[in-house]
Amino acid sequence: MGKDTPFTERAFKSVGTRPVRPDGVDKVTGRARYGADFNMPGQLVGLILRSPHAHATIKKIDTSKAEQLPGVKAVVTAKDFKNFKNLDAELQEILDNSMARKKAYYDGHAVAAVAAIDAKSARAALKLIEVEYSVHKHVTDVDAAVQPKAPVLRRDCFTKGVEPTPTKPSNIASRSQFGHGDVDAGFAKADVVIERNFRTGQSHQGYIEPHACVASISPDGSGELWVCTQGHFVFRQQCAMMLDMDVSKLRVTSSEIGGGFGGKTHIWLEPVAMALSRKANRPVKLVMSREEVFRASGPTSATSIDIKIGVTNDGIITAGEAEMRYTSGPYGGSWAMLGAMTAFACYELENVKTVGLEVLVNRPKTTAYRAPSAPMAAFAVESMIDELAAKIGMDAVDLRIKNAAKEGTQSSYGPVYGPIGIGPTLEAAKNHPHMRAKLGENQGRGMACGFWFNFGGQSCTDLNIGIDGTVTLTVGTIDVGGARASLSLVVAEELGIDYEDVKTVIGDTGSLGYNEMTDGSRGTFASSMSAIQSCRMAIADMRERAAKMWEIDVDEVYWEDGHAHARGDTNHAPLSIADIAAKAARTGGPIAGHAQIVADGAGVSFATHICDIEVDKETGSTRVVRYTVIQDAGKAVHPTYVEGQFQGGAAQGIGWALNEEYIYGEDGRLQNPGFLDYRIPVCSDLPMIDTQILEIPNPNHPYGIRGVGETSIVPPLAAIGNAVSNATNVRMTQVPMSPPRILAALDAQEAEEQQ
Amino acid sequence: MLVSSTINGDQIEFACEADETLLDALRDRVGLTGVKEGCGTGDCGACSIMLDGALVCSCLVLGAEAEGRKVETVEGMSDGDQLHPLQENFLKHAALQCGICTPGFLIAAKALLDNNPDPTETEIRYALAGNLCRCTGYDKIVRAVQATAKSMKPKAAKPAKKAAAKKTAKGAK
Repeated sequence: MGKDTPFTERAFKSVGTRPVRPDGVDKVTGRARYGADFNMPGQLVGLILRSPHAHATIKKIDTSKAEQLPGVKAVVTAKDFKNFKNLDAELQEILDNSMARKKAYYDGHAVAAVAAIDAKSARAALKLIEVEYSVHKHVTDVDAAVQPKAPVLRRDCFTKGVEPTPTKPSNIASRSQFGHGDVDAGFAKADVVIERNFRTGQSHQGYIEPHACVASISPDGSGELWVCTQGHFVFRQQCAMMLDMDVSKLRVTSSEIGGGFGGKTHIWLEPVAMALSRKANRPVKLVMSREEVFRASGPTSATSIDIKIGVTNDGIITAGEAEMRYTSGPYGGSWAMLGAMTAFACYELENVKTVGLEVLVNRPKTTAYRAPSAPMAAFAVESMIDELAAKIGMDAVDLRIKNAAKEGTQSSYGPVYGPIGIGPTLEAAKNHPHMRAKLGENQGRGMACGFWFNFGGQSCTDLNIGIDGTVTLTVGTIDVGGARASLSLVVAEELGIDYEDVKTVIGDTGSLGYNEMTDGSRGTFASSMSAIQSCRMAIADMRERAAKMWEIDVDEVYWEDGHAHARGDTNHAPLSIADIAAKAARTGGPIAGHAQIVADGAGVSFATHICDIEVDKETGSTRVVRYTVIQDAGKAVHPTYVEGQFQGGAAQGIGWALNEEYIYGEDGRLQNPGFLDYRIPVCSDLPMIDTQILEIPNPNHPYGIRGVGETSIVPPLAAIGNAVSNATNVRMTQVPMSPPRILAALDAQEAEEQQ
Repeated sequence: MLVSSTINGDQIEFACEADETLLDALRDRVGLTGVKEGCGTGDCGACSIMLDGALVCSCLVLGAEAEGRKVETVEGMSDGDQLHPLQENFLKHAALQCGICTPGFLIAAKALLDNNPDPTETEIRYALAGNLCRCTGYDKIVRAVQATAKSMKPKAAKPAKKAAAKKTAKGAK
């Protein structure tokens, strides 16, 4: 669609207001149906058997006893997925992860599954499945995995992106590189150069709703899938291919989604439910337990980042360089690549070089988690910038402002920026009252910046006008946190009608063309672009209808404030949508608008966060006492939900910074697969989270909308690290900054001082 | 086994296994899927219900334990088409994003306000610390509870408590 009318001159009526969301009442009354809230007649209960070993070859699986148990209707293993060899490498990996083929690569890897008439029978059947394993040495640590003598997960892994391709297999799946200029020359110009290693623990998205689906596959090759997902069209395509079905014969309906944050962009159990259903010829419901969610659905990467930054005494960053090792689980990914792209994206650098290494380890397959890979990179870069500022005696905000990227800057990952918000968020932070508030004893203040790309992509929407003039918008992107409200606002704006007269629904895969999933903060950006086009098509149609009703030329009809108007001095009273819709049968039939687009031009997003923390020096426990998020949202469609995205992302980042981490034992098994031991922030851990929305319009969207959902998780790790450093004079280089780590750092500092 | 209890004001009989949780019984036998399972180990609070006036995680209670007792779930919170003030304020203050934790939060917040109609922010935060929300950062949830407490405040503390209790009983019918 591209550049449109200059929206800045537009006075919005609906966009920018804060109405109650259309799915709200259902969600406060318990009526909304999530993944596990749906049932089909004759449904069976599915359960999955998982590997207790971190790394083992599956020598033999004997399912005969389980199959003979009364009430058991189907048992499946990898052998039941006969289409494996016909799939491309990515789909093979997704399927191998859903059901291990030759090797179990991590504690929790699925090896077999059953469907039975009830949970009791299914549980009993799992115990009767005999799996013979040959256990191998495992590796779960990112730096241990790249050592020459590390156990190699996959003999077919020869590092991609290296010339010439290595002849020896290793755990480095691929290497990527970004940047420009000459970093060595840059470092030579610097007055101060600091080099450090930063490490981050593996966090999980921690959505409260475990993965759940109901599959019903018929012997005629058709089927239905009800599932909590961030992308039902993507799920349909991938599941159909894995089950060797025609894509169009599988209908996928998305449930309400109980949180995803990236974790529900990926397939974990759906093909298994489908295979069980096909074999049993009955619907099968498969719901993960919380333990399964932690052990077997994708967390983020654990990382180790070597970084070097140089700065002149007057505050010019002369060069930045980083080697970033990100775990990707047992399969390749693009996680280190995203880290390498985002690391220095906030700054205008003459010389920059980042290298990303995707590292295979015996942990679950890494999946996207809100601005995937960017928070760890920002932890390293933003911590260093604070340290450099202190070294040259410059204020940390001023150093950032001096080096901030702006319109026309060539980004560290390649493209040249359009109008962007990093400078304005920094200026807003500098002027924010939070920056001048008094700190108490053992308290420290930190700030940090963050970047995320935002995506657009394929979108398809339908707009249908009811006979009473009310409007239904059908979209194919999942609403993860209020998008139906935002999209209804956009339609109300474009048509010139009330928000209450628009109903936005999520269509199933049979009702619309392909839509990419809700990721990359694309939901509202891309679907609103498509919705606006659908509205414009409907308006064009309604002008035609009005022209017919008035018996005048269509060029004599214009659209304003939800009505068709006749130009010039006429006695034709304006026609509302209801007036036009009432006569639709006689003017050409149903009135609808439709659009299918690739939404280009998602504007990049920047944020600056400020936080105050208090460290208990006795216990090492750290508490956030004040927090402020400042972010560029482009045009904020529903400001309350924009604030909600800012606050939620910040809270997730705070949890990651202070507590959350996968802990593996010597045996390679996950030690904390539950909310008691994998502790996400609770209400009493946090203060109110203040927000400031900046609206720097995205010139590529007709209303100036940018994605807003992800960036807010990027700065907290570093903001808290910087605050801890300012409170204690100790630089934390490992996340989470849990009490034992902070205590150890304080003790080390004390020991150093005594020497 | 056959269990008889008063659920949201109605006399209900349901059959369940002896080792079945009240959470599963409510969801799978009684059809009250507003009660959510987030963990099954009492850590997330999504399955919060009132059992004889006490806030419990229904995943930690057996279905059989509901025999002869009074169960209140999110489905019984509104009075016909009149939403409970907490429900209204959760909507108004956008205290939910995905909404999966919302039923548990509403029940826990109601339990708080029934006992303490004028809680401080800290009291609210500790009263809700057994309920996990991953979307909101809790800010808007706390504000919604504060707004509800404020809206119910004008009456003196004692009568307000009685009125709230009466309304619940009525809503449960």
